[in-house]
Amino acid sequence: MQPPAEPMHRALALTDDEYDTIVALLGREPNAPELAMFAAMWSEHCSYKSSKVHLRTLPSSGPRILVGPGEDAGVVDLGDGVTCVFKMESHSHPSAVEPFQGAATGVGGIVRDVLAMGARPAALLDPLRFGPLDDARNRYLFAGVVAGIGQYGNSIGVPTVGGEVKFASCHGPNPTVNVMCVGFAPADRLLRGRPGRLGSVLVLVGASTGRDGIGGVSVLASRTLDEDAHTSRPSVQIGDPFSEKLLIDACLELADRGLLEGLQDLGGAGLTCAVSESAARAGLGAELDLDAVPQREPGMEPFEILTSESQERMLAVVRPDAVDAVRGVCRRWGLSASPVGSLVEGGGLRVRHRGDVVAEVPAAALANEGPEYHRPAERPRWLDRVREDDPTGTPLPGSLEDAFVAVLGSPNVAGKRWVWEQYDSLVQGGTVQGPGADAAVIRLEGSLRAVAVSCDGNGRYCHLDPYLGAAHAVAEAARNVAAVGARPLAVTNCLNFGNPERPEVMWAFAEAVRGMGEACAALGTPVTGGNVSFYNESGGSALYPTPVVGMLGLLDDYRLLMRSAFPALGLPIYLLGRTLPELGGSELAEVVLGKVSGRPPALDLETEANLHQLLYECSRQDVLGSCHDLSDGGLAVALAESAIAGGMGFHAALPASDLPPWVSLFSESASRAVVTARLGRDRELESMAAFHGVPLARLGLTGGRTLRFEGLFDLDLSDAIAVHEGTIPKLMSGRRLAG
Amino acid sequence: MKPRVAVVTFPGSNDDRDALRAVRLMGGEPVSVWHADQGLAGADAVILPGGFSYGDYLRTGAIARFAPVMDAVRELAAAGGPVLGICNGFQILCEAGLLPGALIRNRGVAFVCRWINVRDERSGDVLPVPIKHGEGQFVGSPDELERIEGDRMVAFRYCSPDGALDDAFNPNGSARGIAGVRNRRGNVLGMMPHPEHAVDPDLGPTGGQHVFEWLLSSARAAVSA
Repeated sequence: MQPPAEPMHRALALTDDEYDTIVALLGREPNAPELAMFAAMWSEHCSYKSSKVHLRTLPSSGPRILVGPGEDAGVVDLGDGVTCVFKMESHSHPSAVEPFQGAATGVGGIVRDVLAMGARPAALLDPLRFGPLDDARNRYLFAGVVAGIGQYGNSIGVPTVGGEVKFASCHGPNPTVNVMCVGFAPADRLLRGRPGRLGSVLVLVGASTGRDGIGGVSVLASRTLDEDAHTSRPSVQIGDPFSEKLLIDACLELADRGLLEGLQDLGGAGLTCAVSESAARAGLGAELDLDAVPQREPGMEPFEILTSESQERMLAVVRPDAVDAVRGVCRRWGLSASPVGSLVEGGGLRVRHRGDVVAEVPAAALANEGPEYHRPAERPRWLDRVREDDPTGTPLPGSLEDAFVAVLGSPNVAGKRWVWEQYDSLVQGGTVQGPGADAAVIRLEGSLRAVAVSCDGNGRYCHLDPYLGAAHAVAEAARNVAAVGARPLAVTNCLNFGNPERPEVMWAFAEAVRGMGEACAALGTPVTGGNVSFYNESGGSALYPTPVVGMLGLLDDYRLLMRSAFPALGLPIYLLGRTLPELGGSELAEVVLGKVSGRPPALDLETEANLHQLLYECSRQDVLGSCHDLSDGGLAVALAESAIAGGMGFHAALPASDLPPWVSLFSESASRAVVTARLGRDRELESMAAFHGVPLARLGLTGGRTLRFEGLFDLDLSDAIAVHEGTIPKLMSGRRLAG
Repeated sequence: MKPRVAVVTFPGSNDDRDALRAVRLMGGEPVSVWHADQGLAGADAVILPGGFSYGDYLRTGAIARFAPVMDAVRELAAAGGPVLGICNGFQILCEAGLLPGALIRNRGVAFVCRWINVRDERSGDVLPVPIKHGEGQFVGSPDELERIEGDRMVAFRYCSPDGALDDAFNPNGSARGIAGVRNRRGNVLGMMPHPEHAVDPDLGPTGGQHVFEWLLSSARAAVSA
């Protein structure tokens, strides 16, 4: 006797309860296309069913926030009629299966999110996590992801200006690929609050629809990847950046000419998502004619056309009398533009195929009324044991100099030139400061104002304390933005976690959201949206809880930008902020002591905000020669990075304290920065720091060809450069990439 | 009167708006021209900008040379008017036979975006400019290279910050460190580095100003001639 076949809804990753809900909603059993539509829209990826109850607690409004969570991307008012549209998303699952295309299509997707708001995509940033590079498969994934991001971003003419790359064993089977896009739109061209009206025509613009990416959201993104993940390769979409470039240019022209009522990107769940969301937003129903959808191959089934995730498509919502004009613009750009449906009375989404109605479902139920779970959360038992093992008291096994070289050359800390030289960071002519800096700085066309952007997350901290770790991610991102002289304004995020059905994972998620929310509230930087990526685990091992924060800041005058490089000889060097004995979760503890344990550094958000205010004032008064925030590797690494960037050494003495020298050098206490004062401005800096309540210690002077830690050790600048710049190229050169 | 400089936008051009901005900043009157246009809108000079024209899926620049606008570019070149091809534009000029040689995948295979230095082979000036390309390795047959050298057609070579020629400063493996070439007459210039990204002192070094000064002064000369 054969075992009974698995019910179709389970194969599509819907639970039995979810299936029953669908039956109740429809008042009947769904047919195959309808089931596929629900499976896609109610997937974790599209519906946020496990995360919504937590995400709702995040602060999301403020005087500058024009669009908060729930739309394609958040929008911040920059003043003077300019808005900034920005969002971060994950493409980790596809990248684990096929790194080049997975990462490339991730770039394409986030760019279309920003485009959907009517904004010109102006900058990309890529926070990435991989397993250690001594493993061939990790090198293959790392090289493929970087090449994929580069190929796509470079081809569409959007500069990649920043990001971060970190390595940890737990990311080996679970690489994290996040992509952030920042765009600008004139306030009066923003496509929001104009959802379309009765009779509006739905015009599908761009590439034809094929069988690629079917089940992407439900099969790839909402389940854990198993040993056979490579068999999921057909679920990964293939990118065509040239089509994307045309799509960007055509959509911006359509928006400029006022031909659009609305614009919707086609990403996860494809046409189903775009049409149901368009209808739901307008409070209407929709008719959709699948025969009008240009198809890449004959014989496609309705469910395939409905859920295909073929790339480089957008859905324009257009007045009937503007359809011809829309088609004309698209023709000029060599793109197809096909009216595939319209907005109609009622709330139903009716789908026709070869004359028959093949699906008829309530649009709002599909788009907005997905399930919502309060999943059980439980604090892991191992946590106390790991936290008690504080590495701060452990003496170094070798010399201080050896420890310094090990930390400076650890892949987490080492220079990432190997990565960002593969990205065009200059196109569009707005890049005032590109990759390799505390924050990227992009100027606004025709203005002295600029935005500063940074992405940050610290997996070790979040592993040891997801609440505190997520708060640190916000604080560090804001500090990076403040370190260039900008005011932090708003946040987007990508929350990368394991399987939410495991209580330990859910606990970490809830804690991270709580920490992020508190930090954002305290620093006045609302969360405008983002993305949740669950199920990042395989073979029973999950990644570190990895909340990544994308911070947007505003710089009044980019000519006052502060850079991290020492700019001249003989400038006094200062440490701003207080150093405590905090090596828990630090780079030193992992690299030198082999420990990921203890508690992350404490974080006082008022102290943090005071530092930001001081740095902002310093920028306005042009008091500083350089400014660099402290993070991984603490004071020692920050000094070295400023020296390497400036091509000159320093001599510095540690401030008097009771701390052992290695603790002073490598403690990762929060809310600190290393700065130099411009010649003759040191008294001014000291009094400003006192005014803002920021402790300050004079360390020494810039100059020479040596990094000199007075009374401790010296390292030649050239040796420091070799270690810092050489690590990643050495790990990647001449080694076979596993396939 | 300001010289009028056309910048051609092909589908897939990326640095066209940057070139337009650079022309304006350097004192010219920029005018945008579409690849399907028949003329150059009365321009005295033309720039073929960087990017990935038509996706560059066949071979870089291989399709763009058939664009309708290229007839007008050829006419301007034949009349001695200044023509500047930057990056993908250089590749198009080579494919169109307006410049000798060809550009193939970088020696290091990967795309590279980096500030480098080139030496102007006429003046000896060292110009800091950025490169950003995956297919920028200049190649030619031995005869072709000899002819390029003999006719003094090499415009720029990759060099060290103090102007020394050294393979360590050759970012893509170009033959003889060639970063840019002119035609024999000197009015058609192609280069892999991006001068349009090196004109605004607010953004970085200004090695590209030199190239735009040449373009604009040649355009003025053509107008008054």
